[in-house]
Amino acid sequence: MKINWSKYSAPLAFYPLAGKMIPWFGTVAALTIAVGLYIGLLVAPTDFQQGEAYRIIFVHVPAAWMSMFLYVVMAGWAAVGLGLNARLSFMMTQAIAPTGAMFTFLALVTGAMWGKPTWGAWWVWDARLTSELILLFQYAGVMLLRTSIDDQRRADRASGVCALVGVVNIPIIYFSVQWWNTLHQGASVSMTAAPKMATIMLTGMLLMTFGFWMYSLAVILSRVRCVILERESLQLWSKPSSVAEAVEVR
Amino acid sequence: MVYWKSVSDFLEMGGYGLYVWTSFIITALCMVWELLALWRRRVAALAESRGITRSLG
Repeated sequence: MKINWSKYSAPLAFYPLAGKMIPWFGTVAALTIAVGLYIGLLVAPTDFQQGEAYRIIFVHVPAAWMSMFLYVVMAGWAAVGLGLNARLSFMMTQAIAPTGAMFTFLALVTGAMWGKPTWGAWWVWDARLTSELILLFQYAGVMLLRTSIDDQRRADRASGVCALVGVVNIPIIYFSVQWWNTLHQGASVSMTAAPKMATIMLTGMLLMTFGFWMYSLAVILSRVRCVILERESLQLWSKPSSVAEAVEVR
Repeated sequence: MVYWKSVSDFLEMGGYGLYVWTSFIITALCMVWELLALWRRRVAALAESRGITRSLG
């Protein structure tokens, strides 16, 4: 089957396509998170060093990974938008930012919940924690810059540049535990070495991560549909057949 | 298959219950809140675009 990709780069053509994908991603997310929670909270044994407090890993690591991954994807869409001057790309940037900010917030809060019993402090000005906090400010910056500029095209470009420049912080967060002497533990899972955790724990963590990823896809596609409606409403009346129909149905 | 001996054992989380459950509950609340906010945003956007479509069409 040949798919005409360029057709879907038009926001109004992408709108119904996104609508068809959302239930699938949402269902997979719900099922995967349910199984991940079952394994993480009920099946996985305790950690011999940290006791049951380690179970925070099943939300903390997936949230932290999504916070960085979504930033890279957001910056990627910003780059495409700036390069090709494509409206839909900027809309994707706009749609990803709130979910990325939410996962950054969750990584910080669940990290505090883990830090208190294991380190004795909710917060320390450690390289990993500080760079992740900066990531939260970056997401806020990308969103605030957009809302502070009235002209839509200028808002797109300014927040796009902001998102793109900020991507330098991602490798800093990722490698902070190697580059600096930090309190935060090193990577439990890396691409170069065998995972330093039991298979059942790793399975639970990877399922939760996959679930959060699918959740993000569903939520971001729903938000980009809202953004399309908000920004392209004036064009809707001229294309009543396909899009107005889709809008009415769903 | 299940690791815990009893329900209270499960809820106590070896003395770390407060930290573990707060983490999971905050995560769940944020995700549910995001879904609700999106639903409300969608309802508002649809009403807005219907209004524009009607006034122009």
